[in-house]
Amino acid sequence: MSLETPQHKVEGLGSAHSGVDHFKHQRVTAIALIPLTVWFAVSVLGLVGAKEVSVLIFLSNPLNAVLLGTFILISLYHMALGIQEVIVDYVPHEGVKLALVFCDYVFAFLVAALCAVALLRITI
Amino acid sequence: MADHPQKVAPRPLSPFLTVYRWPITMATSIVHRMTGVALAGGTLLIAWWLTAVSSGPETFNFFTSTITTPLGQIVLFGFVWSLAYHFVNGIRHLAWDFGYGFAVPTANKTGIVVFALSLLLAAGAFALAYLGKGGYYQ
Repeated sequence: MSLETPQHKVEGLGSAHSGVDHFKHQRVTAIALIPLTVWFAVSVLGLVGAKEVSVLIFLSNPLNAVLLGTFILISLYHMALGIQEVIVDYVPHEGVKLALVFCDYVFAFLVAALCAVALLRITI
Repeated sequence: MADHPQKVAPRPLSPFLTVYRWPITMATSIVHRMTGVALAGGTLLIAWWLTAVSSGPETFNFFTSTITTPLGQIVLFGFVWSLAYHFVNGIRHLAWDFGYGFAVPTANKTGIVVFALSLLLAAGAFALAYLGKGGYYQ
């Protein structure tokens, strides 16, 4: 459900040109990240000082692999939204702003791909 | 009129950040943003860790030996504290979004709680690790 008015959609107003969806997604991902971050912190503390093989065993449990993948992907989306907010707040030049927001999302996708490939190499 | 030009008082300047004293709510707000940006860099740390695990013992040993140097530990503590701060203050922000805790005295108090609790969490995690209470998954 979009809370944008049709007029607003047409005009593309707002500094990010994306309306209230950005705000909503930022909050929804934040709520999802509360339990995921707790799980991540407990897991990482449990792997302190671990040898490579212990990490491999930990991630060979599908539940752990899926939770870690979910934590990373939602974090990266939350990050992309947040950095976008910082960019549109501080960069007045339209072209530079557009380029930086583009780079922001490219960065998020690259890190996501890096982690996904690593996770697949570990679990398959 | 031109013979007696009125002495013009200096124009009032628009107040900028530097003229305000720093209320705790202002500090928590900017630190939330700063830790958020820091955590964006932190995603690279996680990606590096995961890539190292997937690439074999040598790469993983390079990761662990780098992260356990004094500089590595400082960076890691910065990452852990940023995560703790962004986590705790993020919950405070969500409470505001639902309309709770907006009164100035409340926001001031929760601001102090956020700083204290985030430091406690980060220091606690490091204390557990250094005291050998971590590593329970190996």
